[in-house]
Order: sequence, then structure tokens, then C-alpha cells
Amino acid sequence: MHFTINGQSYEAEPDIRTSLLDLCREHLGLTGSKKGCDHGQCGACTMLVNGRRINSCLSLAVMHQDDEIVTIEGLGTPEDLHPLQAAFVRHDGYQCGYCTPGQICSAVGMLDEVKKGWPSHVSGNLDSPEFDDTEISERMSGNLCRCAAYPNIVDAIREVAEQSGETRIAPRQPAEAGA
Amino acid sequence: MKTFIYAKADSADIAVKDARVSNAKYIAGGTNLLDLMKLQVETPEKLVDISRLPLGEIEEREDGGLTIGALVPNSDLAADPRIIAGYEVLSRALLAGASGQLRNKATTGGNLLQRTRCYYFYDTATPCNKREPGTGCSAIGGFNRVLAILGTSEQCIATHPSDMAVAMRALDATIITLKADGDKRRIPIHEFYRLPGDTPNIETVLEAGELITHVELPAPPKGKQTYRKVRDRASYAFALVSVGGVVSVEDGKIASAALAFGGLAHMPWRNPAVEAALIGQAPSDAVFNAAADALLEGAKGYGSNDFKIPLARRVLIATLRDLTGE
Repeated sequence: MHFTINGQSYEAEPDIRTSLLDLCREHLGLTGSKKGCDHGQCGACTMLVNGRRINSCLSLAVMHQDDEIVTIEGLGTPEDLHPLQAAFVRHDGYQCGYCTPGQICSAVGMLDEVKKGWPSHVSGNLDSPEFDDTEISERMSGNLCRCAAYPNIVDAIREVAEQSGETRIAPRQPAEAGA
Repeated sequence: MKTFIYAKADSADIAVKDARVSNAKYIAGGTNLLDLMKLQVETPEKLVDISRLPLGEIEEREDGGLTIGALVPNSDLAADPRIIAGYEVLSRALLAGASGQLRNKATTGGNLLQRTRCYYFYDTATPCNKREPGTGCSAIGGFNRVLAILGTSEQCIATHPSDMAVAMRALDATIITLKADGDKRRIPIHEFYRLPGDTPNIETVLEAGELITHVELPAPPKGKQTYRKVRDRASYAFALVSVGGVVSVEDGKIASAALAFGGLAHMPWRNPAVEAALIGQAPSDAVFNAAADALLEGAKGYGSNDFKIPLARRVLIATLRDLTGE
């Protein structure tokens, strides 16, 4: 089988049952993507396939031979971090770090969905959704963080969205005293 | 996971031919099927990959309706401007389901065929008539918080998990299929799903090897539309109770109503008596309660899901207030 991952070509002959996640981790040495639940519930395995975020654990490798796959390894390098990677570091968007590759791949896909104008469950107007912290939380709900770094993850994503300037962001409401 | 033969189909005609073996399954998004295969709840001998068939478009018809290809991902369907403008209940239902990652992969056809999330269906160490006919129902007398209160049988109290299908039911969608012998078939959604009865393993009227190719929506209905979902978490959880509704009010009276329910039954639930209790009436809580009485006549709790009976009433009333308010 032939695969294109992070712009590179790979050949592999995994068992037909192999998930896209296991292909990367067990056959190609790309261990950045993590296996959390292996059932599409935690999001740790999130990759970008043809630009869209998916759960790579619920996907057969054999079905992705014609696709452009991007994993966390394809987003940035230690010397040249992706803006979201840098923002996660700056905002402490993790503790143990196990969910982080999935969080970051998911956030890349999510911000692209926002750019396309896709609404979410919490959008008031479906045809012109606002973008705020509630939207970030809802749109990232497929990525669990057992360390509960959620507030800092939201801060990191919000900062990158603001810096990109391509997303209309609602002003943050000041927290009420005692709330 | 048990191993399987993999065949990639280039056309729908080839797909239905490829599927002419016992225990073949079509795979597209695979988000539910692969999950079940990992647990060996599903053990197909052959997977026919239909993910590259040209069924990914949404087309407008002359009668004002839309024809949705079976492979249109849930994300794309929810965000389509024509769906948002004419079928808000469908967009809202899709967005209330699953996660961004899953919606990117899950397809329109596959979503209709999701299997129940009954705990015992997933647990191969316990009896389940849906998974293994004749072994019994562990949910009756067991944990059944998420399970059905309407249309149940002594063999099964599973719920259908889809939000999308609830909206499709309220919108009177029609499912278009290609049968193994090459014939096409049109199945109105109210005839598509089956109650559990004595054969809870048979969930739809689809024949062996029959492939969903499209879903048709009639022209957009009149009135306000909404989808209200109550669940155990704010996001990314299956419905305890949900309502997809389309209601129009003219001259102070309810002129039309279509109400479908999730989380209550083995299929997206719709009962004409609920709508009959509303049509021609001026909106009021008394009228809404009468509609809820019609919905819940014969409802039966199984212990840990008893709460769904009062919850369904409240969710219906709140939804009707929204849909009939200014």
C-alpha cells in the first residue's frame, strides 16, 4: 500500500485491519499521534486528512491510500513551531501532554472550519456564526484532556485565531464577581 | 477485530455486486462500524468500500426539494446554505450530534444506519437479543438509563442513537436505495425503521445487500424549525430525549406541526396523535400538555430510565413554546 503523509511518500504492507493511527505509529515510526481510547471518544488520535480533522483510530489505513494525511509531525518542528504549538506552550495548554497532538491537529482543522463559516451547536445564527470561547469549547468537545487544561487550551486557540485576523471574534465578556 | 476481505467499489452497481456474499457490509465513514468491529459486535466477512462512489453531492430538484448523496458528510450537510435556509432542524440536529472529527467522516447514509448505544449490545459478555438473537435482553432489569420508553418489546428496549434521523423523520425524508438485483427503491422514512418486536436484530426494511444511494427532502416546510436535545453532558453525548420540530402558526392557531423524537424508541419516533392534538388549536400550555399526553400514552419506564417520561413531556412543551412564540 502507498501513503502520503506530511508530504512524504511511504510504502507499507500492514494487515488489512490496521487503522490509520496504527499504520502511523506501528509501521511508519510516526508516534506523535496518540492512542487514547481507540474508539473515537477522546480525540487523541486526531489527524488531518485532505485538510479535514478526523479520528484516525476509526479509520482503516487501506481506505486512505489516495489521501493527503497530516499528523502533528507535519505541522511544525522543535525549531520552527506551528503557531498553535507555540501558543499551547505559551499558555500551558497541557499538563501530561498526551492529548496535545490531537488537540493541536483538531484545532488546526477547527479553525479552518470557522474560516469556511461552518456553524456549530452553540451558534445563534447558523448562517453567520460568531466566534467566542463558548464556540471554541463546543467545537473542541471531541478532544478530551484528563488533566483538564481546558481553560488554557481555549486561551491558546483564541490567541491564534485573533492573530490570524481571518476570524471574527466576539469580545470576551468580563467574568462576574463570584461567578 | 476479525479479519475480512476488502473490496473497493468504483460504482454503485459494482458495490451491490461485490456485496452479494453472506455477511458483507458497506463501509464509508466507518465511524460506527469499525468501533463495533473492534469489539467483535460486528464481524463482517467482507467490507465493500463505497467511500469513493460519486454520491457526495447535494442537488436541487425542480419540486423545490433537495437530493442528498448518501456520502455527503454530516459536517458538509449541516453547513450547506440550502440546508440552513430551508431545513434548520436538520442542520441543528446534525450539529448536536457527535464531534467535529466524527461529523467530518460520518455520512448521511451511514448515520441513518447507526446501531444502538445500549451498553449490553456493546458488551459481548452479556446476553443481547439484538446482537445474538434468542439470548435475552440484559437491559430489562439492568442499567437502562439511556434506553427506550416507547415502542419497546420484551425482547429489546434499545434506542436509535441518531440525531440526524430524528430531523429527517420530522421532514418526511425519502430514502433511495439500489437493491442487489439492480432495482432502485424509494422508502419513505416512516416505513424505513422497524420496532424491535421479536426480531430486534432487524432494524430497517433494507434487504441484504441493498445500498442507500440518496436521501430526498421535500420542499422546505412552512413554519419555525428547531432541534432541542437533552443529554448528560453539554456536548458530545447521545440524547436522553430530543425533539425535532417544525410548526407553523396562522391567525393565532397552529396550522401545521411535525414533531419527531430521539432517545425514546428503537426508531426516530413520530406519532400523528401528537400533531393532531395541536393542529387547529391556539398555542397554550394546556394544548401542549394534551400533545404530551398523546406522545406518552403507553410509555413504559424500566427503572433507571423512568425519568424520561416526565422529561419528554417537559422537552416537548419547551420546544412547542419556542416554535409558537413570537
